[in-house]
Amino acid sequence: MTHRDEPPETDGPAMGDAGFAVDSAARAPHAAPRNAADGASPLVTRRALLAGAASAVGSAAVARWSVLAAQGAGEAGSAPTTPPAVPADASRVPGLPSAALGTRSPFERPALAPVGVTSGSSLTPLQALQGTITPSDLHFQRHHNGIAVIDPARYELLVHGLVERPTAFTLDDLRRFPAVTRVVCIECSGNGRGAFRSPRRDMTPQVVDGLTSNSEWTGVPVALVLAEAGVRPGASWVLAEGGDAAVMARSIPLEKMLDDALLVYAQNGEPLRMANGYPVRLLLPGYEGNMSVKWLRRLEVNARPTMTRNETAKYTDPLPGGKARLFSFVMDAKSVITAPAHPGRLSGPGWWPVTGLAWSGRGRITRVDVSADGGRHWAAAELSGPVLPAAHTRFQYMWRWDGRPARLMSRAVDETGYVQPTLAQFRTVRGRGTDYHFNYIRAWDVAADGQVFFAADE
Amino acid sequence: MSVRALLAFAAPTALALGAACGRGDQHSPADAPVARADGRGAAVAHPAGNATRYGRYGLGHPADARRVAALDTDVDTTGAGLPPGRGAYTEGAAVYARKCAACHGARGEGVGRYPKLVQPARRFDRSPFGADPGVPKTVGNYWPYATTLYDYVHHAMPPTAPGSLTASETYALVAYLLAENGVVGRSAVMDATTLPAVRMPARGRFVLDDRRGGPEVR
Repeated sequence: MTHRDEPPETDGPAMGDAGFAVDSAARAPHAAPRNAADGASPLVTRRALLAGAASAVGSAAVARWSVLAAQGAGEAGSAPTTPPAVPADASRVPGLPSAALGTRSPFERPALAPVGVTSGSSLTPLQALQGTITPSDLHFQRHHNGIAVIDPARYELLVHGLVERPTAFTLDDLRRFPAVTRVVCIECSGNGRGAFRSPRRDMTPQVVDGLTSNSEWTGVPVALVLAEAGVRPGASWVLAEGGDAAVMARSIPLEKMLDDALLVYAQNGEPLRMANGYPVRLLLPGYEGNMSVKWLRRLEVNARPTMTRNETAKYTDPLPGGKARLFSFVMDAKSVITAPAHPGRLSGPGWWPVTGLAWSGRGRITRVDVSADGGRHWAAAELSGPVLPAAHTRFQYMWRWDGRPARLMSRAVDETGYVQPTLAQFRTVRGRGTDYHFNYIRAWDVAADGQVFFAADE
Repeated sequence: MSVRALLAFAAPTALALGAACGRGDQHSPADAPVARADGRGAAVAHPAGNATRYGRYGLGHPADARRVAALDTDVDTTGAGLPPGRGAYTEGAAVYARKCAACHGARGEGVGRYPKLVQPARRFDRSPFGADPGVPKTVGNYWPYATTLYDYVHHAMPPTAPGSLTASETYALVAYLLAENGVVGRSAVMDATTLPAVRMPARGRFVLDDRRGGPEVR
């Protein structure tokens, strides 16, 4: 896979069983750079996790069923499995016993891709999902030097700089604040780069736009935490710094921090997934994902932006004429069709739902239009709801396919009146060499035989 | 760079998003112990508005100067945070050969997927990034602040042992990379005083985000 958020700083070879391992933390300090993924001693391996899950199931299961159960457990780790043993009539044999953790049906195998990435991205399989919530284990991941492993008992968030009282907060401290729960999507501003620069007909929604995911997040408003430390006059920015091996850091306008920024410790009802910032990440609704710093360890209140690498050399948007846009924080409105899309196939003419996701960093989606003729005619899709600001909104349009070649498109409109631009509009205002915030209208071609391909010919 | 301009731009967005959070629900800690009318316990503060509207819950622990200093290792554009130490081209070339060349190439040309580090600024003008995604963005032609180079390298490089370079090794590497990119001469010594004074060729290339929602596409 070549779709990455940016050219990686480090190699990201597949790491086999290490899977999502955090090998860099366990490596000797002066190991040769080229051997980044070799001979690692991952602190956590997928195999170890699976062993635990499988034994919990196996001991209680009837032998013939344990195969199926183990396959279910294997699915949780996205390991390839053999076809499941299925009774001819499930109503005539006893079913499986319960297990400590629910698992997906072995018939369902959604997976992030690519995996084994320590500097780069693993994308969400948008075409495999329904509704609006992204299952936590399918939330996209973008790492800058692997997944940080942090002991919650030793976790601390330091708040300092232009404050009255430099203060450290434990995880327990943060959980004692009044909690807020909000559904918000996080989209990497590099989402869509591969399709913009090197489109291919065999791209799937995951490959084109899989760097966006939608979760219910729970945490404490940054405003409350800053109030404990007491922001001093002259403060305008806050440096948010992660405790990962890249010490990922971004400068956030204080105004955003005091408005709706959250320090979240839970995702879809449980503690954050390790890859999504456990135990605490910043969450900035509507802003590019890179700024929602994972494994957050420090907030420094400042008079000016720090100008870190990831807000200058990266995450800035070149424009026609040689200038580049700095601090392009907000994610403009965008929509993506998740079906019909490659590699799906329509089995024949008739009614088909055209469905997908729309969102805007500037508020709610107010309308999504769908076209089946390459943008000549548009019709309003149904917004299936819930329709929340800065969150994925599911849209659906019942389309009667006549069996002839068609080009499907979706176009989002948000509550500011912003209309998702065409590719031609986008190229005009941003230039072919631009980077980040690729929110133009995507297109999918339905061939006469029902096969669907990403429209890569524009 | 006008921070004020940015904040003015950001405000309407923030208001639009914040409106969804139910600003009417605000309670300060002083309100919190009051039982709700329905008798189901204390009301809960809700995020919105200015932090100064809230009192304090008394959570967290004082962080003394030593604790802060241990983590406060970033370097900003004024040079605040730069440690004592110094380094120049020759030492930098040696550190580079030992710890960087394996990935970035013998002269910073980039190897495979490892990024190119050296691209003097003159090509920037001939081929703007907006027109050609193939122009590598490097220290010489795209990074607006020299201090960023110290901040990033010291924290994140080399990826196999991040944070392992000494201050002087980092200064030396920065001197080497700046010289290879034609930003400073090979005789330049980098330290806490000289580095923030380096004027980067791309410094004037950045403009603040002018998107603000509404019907216009920018």
